[in-house]
Amino acid sequence: MQGNKLLWVVSGLLVSAAVAFGATATIMSVQVRKAEIRDTPSFLGKVTSGLAYGDKVTVGQPQGAWMRVTAAGQSGWIHSSALTTKNIVMKAGDGAQTSASSGEMALAGKGFNSDVESKFKANHKDIDFAPVDRMEKIKISTSALQKFAVTGGLKMSEGGAP
Amino acid sequence: MNKILTPLLLCACLMIAGCGTLSKVTELGTAAAVAAGAISTDQAQSINKSAQAVGKVFESITPEQEYYIGRTVAATILSQNKPFDNQATTEYLNTIGQYLALCSDRPETFGGYHFLIMDTDEINAFAAPGGLILVSRGMLKCCRTEEAVAAVLAHEIAHVVNNHGLQAISKSRLTSAATVLATESAKNLGGKELAELTKTFEDSISDITATMVNNGYSRQFETQADKGAVAILQRGGYDPRGLIAMLTEMSQHLKPGGKDFAKTHPDPKVRISDVQQMIGTAPAPAPAPARSQRFASVMKGV
Repeated sequence: MQGNKLLWVVSGLLVSAAVAFGATATIMSVQVRKAEIRDTPSFLGKVTSGLAYGDKVTVGQPQGAWMRVTAAGQSGWIHSSALTTKNIVMKAGDGAQTSASSGEMALAGKGFNSDVESKFKANHKDIDFAPVDRMEKIKISTSALQKFAVTGGLKMSEGGAP
Repeated sequence: MNKILTPLLLCACLMIAGCGTLSKVTELGTAAAVAAGAISTDQAQSINKSAQAVGKVFESITPEQEYYIGRTVAATILSQNKPFDNQATTEYLNTIGQYLALCSDRPETFGGYHFLIMDTDEINAFAAPGGLILVSRGMLKCCRTEEAVAAVLAHEIAHVVNNHGLQAISKSRLTSAATVLATESAKNLGGKELAELTKTFEDSISDITATMVNNGYSRQFETQADKGAVAILQRGGYDPRGLIAMLTEMSQHLKPGGKDFAKTHPDPKVRISDVQQMIGTAPAPAPAPARSQRFASVMKGV
């Protein structure tokens, strides 16, 4: 009897938590420099539009690790690793007051940023960033990756965890 | 007198605070500072808010900050190991690596996954936070198949996915970063604050490179990375036994007392036995002659 009561209380709490989470998690921010919206929940899906760091999206039903999103009238799918529930604020003052107290705010460009990197470079002239700049430019297109998999007889299933 | 002492007291409080108690100590410290007239109530509020935000240590590092940390970690390691400029091999590595990243639990990072070869015979590979992955020629020589190369890259991707690099940063660094950021909340940093933050940045980079190059991660992290690698390889359609083949080859080439994987990683034989258990009796995907051909043609120059 005691156990049953406890079970009810716990499930009640879980339902409330789920409702609360659902109510607050509908808006998410892009946490990568460039995110792509696709027409299907897969990296093989066609890219229909792009979003930038800090852009807000309205999140609908997820499918696996993919989120159905709407942003600026465009709908499609984004992988959940490109999104955060934190409110990414692009400039100091933009909503900082309300969000900071919830611990869910991230101010873009704050902390370790390009200014800090420049200062580091000035302090360490022996460390050359050119090879890093070069390697960052190497981007293999999705179609090339797809061709690589097909010709190599690789059957792909995408990552699972959100 | 009080005006000089109070900020010192505040700093001292912040320095000794563990991550769990940071916000509490900060609140106490800022209350004292307000009482002494050293800072205004508004400043105190912003300090308290920012301190709460960094209370979670490495989790408080945003993907954007992780990106800047990763760039500098990679540049620092590359200052000791020159890149191996072979376009075909570099492109091959990036194709396998970027394909595998899509099969990981974290396919998207701020700046994406990129791969570079280091021109050294030492057997080494490093995953800088955010996805800049460096693999030595010596490591690639331990790979006899594309599966083996994929296994090396998948292990490094798993280090990125699990934030192992960021977790090497000493907690005290982030506490000092919090102090600097908190005092200049919502403003551009001045010269002195930028210098202080850069010092914290330098210390954080040292923490990560010292762990990756000298001390190695914990056995637990390496096992987690091997486990992640097996999952990534299976999702990519590769036989995860490529990891066993690579480790077997590596165990024959590692020199006792070497400054590479011999120093920073568990004995390959131990890892082999662990990985065998992780794979169990999972069926092997069919071998593909096309894979062997492209591997042979691209890797001959390494």
